[in-house]
Amino acid sequence: MDQHRPALVRSATFAIPIAFFALFFLYPLVTILLTALGSTANLKQAWAGLTAPVMGDVLWFSVWQAVASTALVMLVAVPGAWVLARFRFPGRSLIEALSVVAFVMPTVVVAAAVTALLGPTGPLRWLVGSHADHGIGAILLAHVYFETAIVLRMVSTYWAQLDTRLEQAAATLGASPWRIFRSVTLPRLRPVLLASASIVFLFTFTSFGIILLLGGPGQVNLEVEIQQQVLFLFNLPTGAALSIVQIIVVVLLLLVSSRLSGRLTPERSQVATPRRPHTTRQHIAVGGFIVGGLALLLLPPLMVVLQAFNTGDGWGWTNFQSLSTSHQGSVLFVPPGQAIGNSLIYACTATVIAIVIGGLVAVGITRTSIRPAVEGVWLLPLGVSAVTLGFGILIAFDSGALAWRGSFWMVPIAQALVAIPFVTRALVPALRAVSPSLRAAAACLGASPLQVFRLIDLPLIWRALVMSAAFAFAISLGEFGATVFVANSDRPTIPVAIYRLLSTPGTANQGQAMALAAILMAMTAAVVLLTERFRLPEQRHV
Amino acid sequence: MSDMSMRMRTLFITSAAIGTLALAGCGASSSSSPTPTGSPSGTVTLVTHDSYAISDSVLADFTKQTGVTVKINKTGDAAAMVNRAILTKGSPEGDALFGIDNNLLSRGLDSGLFQSYQPSAASQIPQTYQLDPSHTVTPIDHADVCVNYDKTYFTSHNLTVPQTLDDLTKPEYKNLLVVQNPSTSTPGLAFMLATVAKYGQDGFANYWQSLKNNGVKVENSWSVAYDKQFSGGSGKGPYPLVVSYDTSPPASVVYAQNPPKDGIATTGVLTDTCYGQVEFAGVLANAKNPRAAQAFIDFMLTKQYQADLPLQQFVFPVMPDTPLPEVFTKNVTSPEHPFVLPATEVNTNRDAWVQTWTNTVQH
Repeated sequence: MDQHRPALVRSATFAIPIAFFALFFLYPLVTILLTALGSTANLKQAWAGLTAPVMGDVLWFSVWQAVASTALVMLVAVPGAWVLARFRFPGRSLIEALSVVAFVMPTVVVAAAVTALLGPTGPLRWLVGSHADHGIGAILLAHVYFETAIVLRMVSTYWAQLDTRLEQAAATLGASPWRIFRSVTLPRLRPVLLASASIVFLFTFTSFGIILLLGGPGQVNLEVEIQQQVLFLFNLPTGAALSIVQIIVVVLLLLVSSRLSGRLTPERSQVATPRRPHTTRQHIAVGGFIVGGLALLLLPPLMVVLQAFNTGDGWGWTNFQSLSTSHQGSVLFVPPGQAIGNSLIYACTATVIAIVIGGLVAVGITRTSIRPAVEGVWLLPLGVSAVTLGFGILIAFDSGALAWRGSFWMVPIAQALVAIPFVTRALVPALRAVSPSLRAAAACLGASPLQVFRLIDLPLIWRALVMSAAFAFAISLGEFGATVFVANSDRPTIPVAIYRLLSTPGTANQGQAMALAAILMAMTAAVVLLTERFRLPEQRHV
Repeated sequence: MSDMSMRMRTLFITSAAIGTLALAGCGASSSSSPTPTGSPSGTVTLVTHDSYAISDSVLADFTKQTGVTVKINKTGDAAAMVNRAILTKGSPEGDALFGIDNNLLSRGLDSGLFQSYQPSAASQIPQTYQLDPSHTVTPIDHADVCVNYDKTYFTSHNLTVPQTLDDLTKPEYKNLLVVQNPSTSTPGLAFMLATVAKYGQDGFANYWQSLKNNGVKVENSWSVAYDKQFSGGSGKGPYPLVVSYDTSPPASVVYAQNPPKDGIATTGVLTDTCYGQVEFAGVLANAKNPRAAQAFIDFMLTKQYQADLPLQQFVFPVMPDTPLPEVFTKNVTSPEHPFVLPATEVNTNRDAWVQTWTNTVQH
């Protein structure tokens, strides 16, 4: 492939993302770590903080709740992914849209919804017993709700491209369905299972809002501890040391998972189109998926919608109508309606950045013989505490030529850092599936690398590109952690506005917060459903 | 153990000072700026916390009077804002800072966050709120952290409303109180400090043991405690007693979906359980426009600004004889003698106290 100018292509496609990554991620991260740990006294303080007895509990809780959450998510999502990969049924795109909505919901809203469900008067109270109206049960439920989407999407896409003839052959030879799954399907799914499980682990290990809001006494993970050390106690050295521990765990995880999983390239020889269920067993599976999926994915948003339309003495649009007005003529209270506009502008900008940078990374990875471990590097921003990176950005971009601290661009850039790995993950398999011989032929006929990309790759990856753009858009729409540290306070986004409303007493503020959350959900669902339109025609051609 | 924590604290202050010095080195000037003279002009940027609010018209009047435009930069809750300001001291995110409270004050003063400024009107502020002997910063408002109660619950259960901290450990109030974790929540910390002030360093752990035995519920955040667990909050939870502010009752009336016709809140305050919080404003070291920052702090003590505070931020003005809105006079009696601890004592011992609290309540 590309025998003519591989070095040129490689450097061109990697130079921009590497520069971006170094400037907006590594530089602020190193700056904050050096500031916090750059003296003997600070190092001593960090060591004292790190070796405090409570830190053992923190690390243990971080790991075990993440392992438990990941196991539960896989247990729920993998059977769902099979149904999505193999069957066509009514409500399919609705469930997919709902699962993406779940993925991008602000944690404050999900915490509120979960408390409403499991709380003292909640309908699911029986699930957690009489005393545990919050705690580990609520944390696990919230994590399952959040992370199911990513596994459903990654695994079902991969599964759909697995050659079904192997399973058919095994069935002909008399293997039971379970046996077929265990010895034929599972080994081939291993790469995608490991990849998606490691992402879920990454998210739940670094979970912040859910643990802080739903966790009871003693239920504190590394991320919450870092934020407490930095924001509440101003113990920067300990915060920085804990951040390094978190980064090490995340890097180890990524190394192990990429070593075990190999490359995420499905074989894609004879792809089975999803079809309607035939047998009773299949009907039961699909029906169970619809009922279970809807129950998990619909209940929390339903609680939000109910509260959004609850006017205190009945039902109506009051909460939505009051979004455009500000209380008491206060100049500093940004009408939540304006937050919707801010969110849209930021999300569009972040999507463009994420597609350009993430796309270049994907092209670079597929066109060069980069080892899989390098793919993991781009996931690093997900593993770094938002407050650490946020404070790093504050002091790294504070003066001189890089005085960009308060600028509009820092928010979409921070959001894009979170979205880039997802864009890359979505595009790499699509690009790999493009036959190298097509590119070689085009190159032989004199096409430049850019022309090859435009005329060969782009049409073939168009669908994946649109899907990943939608995902990036949804991620930045719901992003809270990085945004809250970087955003200018007069341009709050929807999640930031919801957070502010929930921090003020009064039923009207609670109602407005839920109305905004309902709008955020509707926007996300609309974007996802729109992109589904790009899906169907392509599938017919495959 | 407390010895050890104190040593850690000292180390930490030193390191913070080193850190900020290093940062100041990168900035344009050192922390001692020349005293500005002449009339203010340009733009003043106010660094403040997320709860800050002020009326449109009040701010417009300031600009009309002085020609100075105001930009507001909210950078998190009070603790986060102060820490962020210390971190960026060399190149501050504004000219003036408002919202540092008495518990955070010595952290800010020790790290050289402010340049000294005292408005002439500050001499009229009652002594109770003058908690900065160096007069580097100026008190602007106060609000106390107190146990709130749900009036309806106590009426319908024919139960006498508790009065004091001691009452909360009595069997008739078993399983009725929800508080916040002092290691994660500002009101939670203030309420723990009230118990330290009342029962002393050595006695407050016993008090918390009694509270624990009496079924106290702990939440990490104020919003979950007030909005979800408190029976007088929007979530109509099971706990009729909650740690919140003495201004929460009027706030619940103003922000009600269906405000009560008589303007009386359904919640009240136990005035003998309060911990006093005073909020200060100061001119930031290395401010780009210190003269305008001074002018704005002067303005914060005017009758117009002080009178606007209650309904915007749900706090009490510090200037005497400032008129209060009806929703305040009907629903709050500000405690005359709230518990308060000296800022330096809080700064020195906070970590050790929180650790004691954690060992008592969470293990």
